[in-house]
Amino acid sequence: MERADYERLRWRCIRRALLELDISLTRFLDEDFESLSEEQKQVFVEMADMEDHDLWYLISGQEECTDPRYAPIVALLRKS
Amino acid sequence: MSIPVLKFDAVIVGAGGAGLRSAIQLSEAGLKTAVLSKVFPTRSHTVAAQGGVAASLGNSEEDHWHWHMYDTVKGSDWLGDQDAIEFMVRKANECVVELEHYGMPFDRTDNGKIYQRPFGGHMSNFGEKPVRRSCAAADRTGHAMLHAMYQRNVKANTQFFVEWMALDLIRDSEGHVLGVTAMEMETGQVVIFHTRATIFATGGAGRIFYSSTNAFINTGDGLGMAARAGIPLEDMEFWQFHPTGVAGAGVLITEGVRGEGGILRNANKERFMERYAPNAKDLASRDVVSRAMTTEINEGRGCGVNKDYVLLDITHLDPNTIMKRLPGIREIGLQFAGVDCIKEPLPVVPTCHYQMGGIPTHYSGRVVTPQNGDYNTIVPGFYAAGECACASVHGANRLGTNSLLDLLVFGKSAGDSAVEDLKAGKAHRELPKDAAEKSLARIAALDSRKGGANVHETRLAMQRTMQNHAGVFRFGDLLKSGVEKILEVEKAARELEIKDKSMAWNTARTEALEMENLIEVAKATMISAEARKESRGAHVRDDAPDTPEFPNGRNDAEWLKHTLFNPVDNSISYKPVNMQPLTVEPIALKTRSY
Repeated sequence: MERADYERLRWRCIRRALLELDISLTRFLDEDFESLSEEQKQVFVEMADMEDHDLWYLISGQEECTDPRYAPIVALLRKS
Repeated sequence: MSIPVLKFDAVIVGAGGAGLRSAIQLSEAGLKTAVLSKVFPTRSHTVAAQGGVAASLGNSEEDHWHWHMYDTVKGSDWLGDQDAIEFMVRKANECVVELEHYGMPFDRTDNGKIYQRPFGGHMSNFGEKPVRRSCAAADRTGHAMLHAMYQRNVKANTQFFVEWMALDLIRDSEGHVLGVTAMEMETGQVVIFHTRATIFATGGAGRIFYSSTNAFINTGDGLGMAARAGIPLEDMEFWQFHPTGVAGAGVLITEGVRGEGGILRNANKERFMERYAPNAKDLASRDVVSRAMTTEINEGRGCGVNKDYVLLDITHLDPNTIMKRLPGIREIGLQFAGVDCIKEPLPVVPTCHYQMGGIPTHYSGRVVTPQNGDYNTIVPGFYAAGECACASVHGANRLGTNSLLDLLVFGKSAGDSAVEDLKAGKAHRELPKDAAEKSLARIAALDSRKGGANVHETRLAMQRTMQNHAGVFRFGDLLKSGVEKILEVEKAARELEIKDKSMAWNTARTEALEMENLIEVAKATMISAEARKESRGAHVRDDAPDTPEFPNGRNDAEWLKHTLFNPVDNSISYKPVNMQPLTVEPIALKTRSY
C-alpha cells in the first residue's frame, strides 16, 4: 500500500465518531494490519468506510458477521 | 508566500449537529456556504449521542416548556442564563418537528406521534415527578440526526470541505472576524476562507483528560482558535463526568450495569458505597458515586499497580443475564480492559463526558466578549453553537438530552443571525496582509523544529495533569499545583517536534496542531477551576463542603457569576449570570437536590 493511501486510511481509523472504534482500529493498525495480504488490506479499507455503529456491532459481536471476506479481519479486530 | 483565497458568504467549522443545522439556515437563504470538517460529517461525535433530544411536546403525557425551563435552570445549579434557557426550551418543539420534516426517523407511538421517554432530571410541574420528554431514534438518535441534516444540506447546495482542518481565526485590526485559515489534509495546502460570517461548531474538548468518553476527534479546535485570537473562554471549570469509564480507555460502562446489580469494590474487595450512601449504595446519583470512587483512590484503596482505579463487579450475576440484559458489556471488558467480566471485575474510573463551558455567546449565536465595561459586546462576523459554545444554558451541569437540543436550537439560531447580519448587506471586509501568517508560522515551526517535545508524551502529560489535579472531585492544593504543572506542559506544547515532514496526509502534523488547541482548553480549565472557591454543579471542591450556611458547598453571595478566562494573559474576570428570563418570572435560587 502506498504511503499516502495508508496515511489516509490511518486518519479515517483514528478519528471515528465512537471512541470504541478509535481505540480498536488504532490498535489494529499498529499490531495486525501489516500481517494482512494486499487483498485483505483492501477489504479492511472497505470496512473502515462502514458507519460507526455497524462496524462496532460487528466487532463487539452484537451483530453477526455474514461476509466471509470480513470474518478473518473481524476475528483479528476482536483479538487486538 | 501566496496563499489561495476562497471567498464564501459564510464558513462553518465543524459538521456535527450544530454545524449542519446552522448550514441549513445559510444555504437555504441562498448564501454561499462552506462547511469544513476533519472527518466525513456523519462521522462527527454527535453520532455517539444516544439518549435523545428533549422537547416538551407532551405526546405521552402533559408537559410544558416552563417545566423544562425549571429543570434546566435547576440542573445548571442556577449558573445557566435564564434568557438563553427560556429561548432554548421554547424553540425545542419547533426544532424537533423541523427535524422530523427533514426525514429524521423518530420512534413513534401507536397513534403515529413522536414517542417520548423519561430521562434523568426531566420532571413535570416544576420538579414534581419524572416526565417523558426525550425524543429518540432507537439507540442511534445522534447518527440519524446527522444523516437527516446532511441530506438537507446536500439538497441546499452547501459546499463541504471534508478532511480539512481549520487552523486560525482571521481578525482585522478592528476585531472583525473575516474567516479562517485551513489545511487540506490530502495535500497539506493552506487556504484562506474569506467570509462575511464565521460559525464555530467544533464540539467539545474532552480529550484534555486522561479518562474521557469522548472520541479522539474532540480536541477543542474551535476553543483553541478562539483563544489564540484573544477571545475569552467562559465557565471552563465545569465538566460533566460519568462514574464508570473503563480505566485507561475511557469507554463508557452504562449505568444499567449497576442497575442490574453491579457492585463497586476497592482494593480490599469492600463494597465501599455502603459507607457513602447506605440506602442507594451503588445506585446513588452520578456525582455521589464519582466522589466516593475518587475518595477511595485518593486514600490509597484503589486497585492495580498504581492504585488508580476501582472495580465494578458483576461476577455474581448469571452469565445469561449479563449477555441478555447488558449487550456489548462483556465485549467492552474484553476489548478495552482485557477482562472477562463474567469471571473478573472491571476496572473503572470517573470519566470526563461533556464540556459545559466554551466560547461565550448570546442566545442568538453571536459571540460576545467584554469590552469597555460591556460584558456582551458582539464580535462582528463571529458565531458559535453546540458544545464549543457557552450560551449559557447548561451552566454548572447539563441535563441529559439537552445537548442535542442545544445544538439544534443554537445551530439554527446562529445560522439565522448570520443570515440576518449578511442580508443587512455587509460586504467582505479587506483581508489583512498577514491573514495567514500566524498559521504558516506555526506549521513552519513544526516542520523545522529539532529537539522539541514529543506530541504523544506532551498530550499524555497534559491528560494526566488534568485527571489528577482537576478531576471529578477537586482539592485546593492539587488545583494550585495543577496550575503550575499545566503551565509547564504548555511550554512543551509550544515547542512540539514532528518527525514526518510530508505534505500529504501528515497525521503527525495534524495531531500536533490539535495538541496546540487542547492545551489552550486544559490551561483555561485548570486556572478557572483553581479560582472558583465554591462547589457548584459539576465543580465540586473538598474545601467547599456541604454546610447549613452553604448547602452543597454553593456560595451564591460570592460565586453566582460566570468565569471568563482571558487567554492573552491567563487572567480571570467574571460576569453576572442573567437571571432575567425573556417573558416569565425568574426561577428563584434554591438548593439543588433531587
